[in-house]
Amino acid sequence: MFKIAIASGKGGTGKTTLSVNLAAMLSDSESVRLCDMDVEEPDSGLFLNVDQKEKTVIQRFTPQWDEDKCTLCGKCQENCNFNAVIRLADQIMIFPELCHSCYACSELCPKNALPMIPSPMGVISSSRHEQLRFTEARLNVGVEQAVPLITQTHQYLNNLNEKAKFVIIDSPPGTSCPMIHTIKEADFVILVTEPTPFGLHDLQLAVETVRQLGIPMGVVINRGDDNNTLITDFCTANSIDVMAIIKNDRSVAAHYAAGDLVYKHVSTFRESVETIAGRIQNLLQ
Amino acid sequence: MKEIVIISGKGGTGKTSVASALASLAGKKAIVADCDVDASNLHLIMHPKITSREEFYSGTLAEIDEKACIACGLCQNVCRFNAVEYSNNLYAIDELNCEGCGYCSKVCPSGAITMKPQKSGDVFHGDTEIADGMVYAKLGIGAENSGKLVAKVKKDAMLMAEKKGRNIILVDGSPGIGCPVVSSLSGASYVVIVTEPSVSGFHDLTRVIELIQKFRLSAGCIINKRDLNEEISQKIKDYLIGEGVQHLADLPYHNSFSKAIKEGVPVTTLEVKEINDALCTVWSKINNQ
Repeated sequence: MFKIAIASGKGGTGKTTLSVNLAAMLSDSESVRLCDMDVEEPDSGLFLNVDQKEKTVIQRFTPQWDEDKCTLCGKCQENCNFNAVIRLADQIMIFPELCHSCYACSELCPKNALPMIPSPMGVISSSRHEQLRFTEARLNVGVEQAVPLITQTHQYLNNLNEKAKFVIIDSPPGTSCPMIHTIKEADFVILVTEPTPFGLHDLQLAVETVRQLGIPMGVVINRGDDNNTLITDFCTANSIDVMAIIKNDRSVAAHYAAGDLVYKHVSTFRESVETIAGRIQNLLQ
Repeated sequence: MKEIVIISGKGGTGKTSVASALASLAGKKAIVADCDVDASNLHLIMHPKITSREEFYSGTLAEIDEKACIACGLCQNVCRFNAVEYSNNLYAIDELNCEGCGYCSKVCPSGAITMKPQKSGDVFHGDTEIADGMVYAKLGIGAENSGKLVAKVKKDAMLMAEKKGRNIILVDGSPGIGCPVVSSLSGASYVVIVTEPSVSGFHDLTRVIELIQKFRLSAGCIINKRDLNEEISQKIKDYLIGEGVQHLADLPYHNSFSKAIKEGVPVTTLEVKEINDALCTVWSKINNQ
């Protein structure tokens, strides 16, 4: 199982477009699983005709106050570093949205008055689109912490009986915890950017992040125009491979907007994705 | 104080373009806060002259003192985040996995674990010619707690507004629906959602509106790149009516947006009539709220 994370600092650079099209195209000749780990806004599935889904509800555990056992000693509040457990004069108040599920309050309570109770945090579902296997992790609206679901999604992938040769991971935008926890298990990272000052600025942050994790990477320039030196100069200076330049083309945007697999409609786009697919196959040789 | 928060759900729909355009329309009445601390871009348009910089510490990370450690392994047993590694008879913390809960330090029988404050990023305050001032932040590489950094940026923008006697804060939010977005939304007077007529733009819009409704915030929506797919644009408009979200305006799919970014100016500077008229409409609708 070779995990390729498709990421970017900036949002909207084309992560999902590349993930879906690359995975679908590659699945014609290889065994591929596409995994959408952009759990806050999972969109990959919108571009696939998926068959019957197999769903797993993912739980997280937060403390619940047992009034009868509690002596209001206040150790729980002392032991919580996240202000998620507060002792009041006559009760213990719990703020589940602040809880990191570390179990300290619960397991260090001398009276066992804070049992950990499961509540749903999201759903992992798996399905198929023709040859392509597909897994999506979706965070419930109102749950603030994406990382626990991302961690469980990696475990889910690792525990699957049927392992694909390539796993392509559509990652969350940004460079903070959700992005890091998504890409840290990857064997290779593709950073998608665009040739604008915004694209460059966020690419620099993303490159630093991937470097710190020590994962090999390549860059794909999306919406490229006649002059992409802003990005190519940066990549050359930092010895990062530019894997492909996808041309700026309104018809790509229009097919994407309509939910189509773009490579089936736009030949220049198809050629760029074929180049990337070839590069990925070479990585394993 | 009026706090206008601009978010989108999906990334790349034009939040920062809209935020900088609204800042140019608000002019000296407003303070601008870039709360997309993971990938802040607004300063590339606002060109603030930095007047102060502050290191921001938030949360802690565990550290094991090798000399004091008796290698009992209790820390590894209690850690739910796989953050304690063991090799060559030594225990050590994997900083990327450590959540800073401190459970290990509380159970360590030899007091070998201390919780060190963690720098999560830098906060910058500056003057700008477009608005009356700007606050933004850079999250440290690999740092966590971006929600707390967002709260700090907003708090500083509030203080700046009070000090300068301004009563509008424009907040450029981050994509998604998780902790940085929730933190951006806290205390908002009005939410501007920027969407695009694509299957994914629409899907993400529904999730972000669900979130806004949980917080009972009033919101309006701009459909950017309207002509990219007229059918989905119409569906979005119908959906907004059903959800009680104001439709503020449509913006065309137009190369002046990327041109403005490349030139480092608000899109309003390029004086494309259709775009400027739409943005002026947005600004007056927000002000009538």
